[in-house]
Amino acid sequence: MKKNLIQDSGFFILFLCMLTTLIFLGLIIYFISVRGLKVISWEFLTQGPRMGMTQGGIAPAILGTVYLTLGAVLFALPLGLACAIYLCEYSPKGFTVNLIKMGINNLAGVPSVVFGLFGLAVFVKFFGFGVSILSGSLTLGIVILPLIISASQEALLAVPQSIREASLSLGATKWATIKNIVLPTALPGILTGIILSIGRAAGETAPILFTAAAFYTRGYPRSIFSEVMALPYHIYALMTEGTHPDQQTAIAYGSSLILLFLVLLISAAAIFIRQRQKNIHG
Amino acid sequence: MKEKIYKGIFAVLAFASLAFLMGIVIVLFKEALPIFQKVKIGEFIFGRYWYPTYSPAEFGILPLIMASVWVTFGAVLVCVPLGVGSALYLHELAGDKQRAIIKPLIEILASIPSVVYGFFGMVILTPFLQDLFHLPTGLCALNASLVLGLMAVPTVCSLADDALNYVPKSFREASFAVGANRWQTLTQVIIPAAGSGISTAIILGMSRAIGETMTVLMVSGGAAVIPHTFLEPVRPMTAAIAAEMGEAPMGGLHYHALFAIALILFLITFVFNIVAEMISRRFRIKLGLSG
Amino acid sequence: MDSKVKIKAEGVNFFYARSQALKDINLDIYENQVTAIIGPSGCGKSTFIRLLNRMNELLPHTNITGRISLDGRDIFEDSVDAVQIRKRVGMVFQKPNPFPKSIFENISYGIKVNGIKDKTFIEEKVEASLKKAALWQEVRDRLSDSALKLSGGQQQRLCIARCLAVESEVILFDEPCASLDPISTAKIEELITELKKDYTIVIVTHNMQQAARVSDYTAFFLMGELIEFGRTQDIFTAPKDKRTEDYITGRFG
Repeated sequence: MKKNLIQDSGFFILFLCMLTTLIFLGLIIYFISVRGLKVISWEFLTQGPRMGMTQGGIAPAILGTVYLTLGAVLFALPLGLACAIYLCEYSPKGFTVNLIKMGINNLAGVPSVVFGLFGLAVFVKFFGFGVSILSGSLTLGIVILPLIISASQEALLAVPQSIREASLSLGATKWATIKNIVLPTALPGILTGIILSIGRAAGETAPILFTAAAFYTRGYPRSIFSEVMALPYHIYALMTEGTHPDQQTAIAYGSSLILLFLVLLISAAAIFIRQRQKNIHG
Repeated sequence: MKEKIYKGIFAVLAFASLAFLMGIVIVLFKEALPIFQKVKIGEFIFGRYWYPTYSPAEFGILPLIMASVWVTFGAVLVCVPLGVGSALYLHELAGDKQRAIIKPLIEILASIPSVVYGFFGMVILTPFLQDLFHLPTGLCALNASLVLGLMAVPTVCSLADDALNYVPKSFREASFAVGANRWQTLTQVIIPAAGSGISTAIILGMSRAIGETMTVLMVSGGAAVIPHTFLEPVRPMTAAIAAEMGEAPMGGLHYHALFAIALILFLITFVFNIVAEMISRRFRIKLGLSG
Repeated sequence: MDSKVKIKAEGVNFFYARSQALKDINLDIYENQVTAIIGPSGCGKSTFIRLLNRMNELLPHTNITGRISLDGRDIFEDSVDAVQIRKRVGMVFQKPNPFPKSIFENISYGIKVNGIKDKTFIEEKVEASLKKAALWQEVRDRLSDSALKLSGGQQQRLCIARCLAVESEVILFDEPCASLDPISTAKIEELITELKKDYTIVIVTHNMQQAARVSDYTAFFLMGELIEFGRTQDIFTAPKDKRTEDYITGRFG
């Protein structure tokens, strides 16, 4: 009897843990949704801020986030994918490659503010791109580079060696094998990694703090050398700068909801793709 | 011939991305070292006063380090029970149906941007804590710990759940076969077998908490003094970098000092990740999985 | 009345890292005949046939000495491209390894990577290859289905058809029936006998009955050495070497 009592209370505690987790995470989404929905309107999504950040919308910030994220992916995707292909398909296996892989995995865990400093020292200062979309995109690109490399690597490693051999045994060249067999097979995994890193890039704030973001810009950015507003930074700035905390908080709720919606949608898409892939291949 | 060109292109791009990643380490060192010509490393790390803009300036980051330690420790107290407990629930109690919903949900929640957590902490937790403890401000170490801890729960839960799933089914069956009940099997067979995998999850959760910037910047209160209780405002290392870099004149001592903090942060998380990797490698070998 | 020698191995040694996997192998493989290579696990038989289409080059830290010639020309010469060799010497693997593509694409893949784009030609070739591999009747209505939906035996015949489509001259079978049931095995064996009219065939097997049923010549490998080579009926009825006799009578291995 005692045995079962312990078991029941143990299981009850585990249940409470799960419940607490879900309730708290649910609360975050609940508060932001309910209070954010109050301020969201067509005008909020399509217009710039007015009256010293107390009215108007967040369109430039949304657009800025799209630019920065797009730029980051354009930069990191070819580099990261090529790096993964080289490491998995071309380079000889051994100590060096393992060391490199370990380095990349570790960089994925480096705090994003450190990447921000790197961007400041290199892109803003050394290359002289200034505080701009270009600097911000490159910095965010480096943040997601390790993610793209390791996700692609995992996907490539999951492709069975036997079908590579089958392709080569038919007289296909190495490149033909990679292009026609390996990459298509690894595609869902690679795609999942890319989409997750898009979500990550869209939500990151620290890397763009000193490299790209501005609290307010007049109108939309004119070139890749312009400063830019960005959703996550906008939320932060609304809460810590400016002179009308109450009105700003309302706008911050709206901005948070939009950011949350975008990021959750993106990662849900990625997880959906992965889940479907799992179902196909058992 | 064509083959060689392709290989060459990939090699160049691969080395370019490696160069960028190497560059981070080099830049951190290069920009951090000048501060150590003025301030001894010992004084920098163990100095109790962080007054970078005074004259003469004081560059002692002990208050910042202690703030990071307090906040991270608090976050661990939140995220370990919740994260590991949830993972055990998922593994042992949730049926396939619940699992199919909760597991992806947790993974999706892991992608909520940190600025959103910070925002939540500011608008909901701050007034709540202020009233509860009658504080001058609700922006304090406790607030940061709670938000960071919560934030790390999905990561810890996902990783711990993976670790539990690596434990072979046969262990379970063997335990049932000698008359153990589910709870005994869980606590005496499965958790020990998955132990190092779970510790990897916890270390990675800690590593995430110590490096997290936006949340602590928003909710920790920002006072650069060594904390004595969880209810005081603090300024962890990441928050100091993010808050001060905007005002630090480029190339000045303050600028280099902030890079030095980033370097220390980098080294700390690097060690955490290496330890996590080593433990997880041993774990896989122990369970007979490929390294 | 020996037929022409298609592949000739002379003094072949092969090393993995430091250990020697093959020792001084001298072996002739005759055109339009089935040559079986038998021996216990780890005797080097798979290693040997993977040399014949230069597949072992994909492994790191390997080294080869000696000479293997195809129609009299050394396949390891610097001027010879491994890709060209693999076109002429096809391979069917131990486990069926279809590409995760449709049945049609699996067969047409080899034709396409060899630079042929003519659609009608490809379609005819796919049909002919599937017919030769005795799979056409079973899959003709579902060529666009995923090849992964086929049964193990069908997948293996698909892999054979895939190999036939590139018009290789030699087909290497590396324990092709190791993962198949007896009925599928019988079908593959029948197919091998059929195919030798047009191809030179080398089959590695650990199943001696199979070697006795399908092959004209048999080579017995033991610990990296070629112990005995001769006509299959001679090897199985009157082996010259004591070790061969022990193996085929089941005394070890």
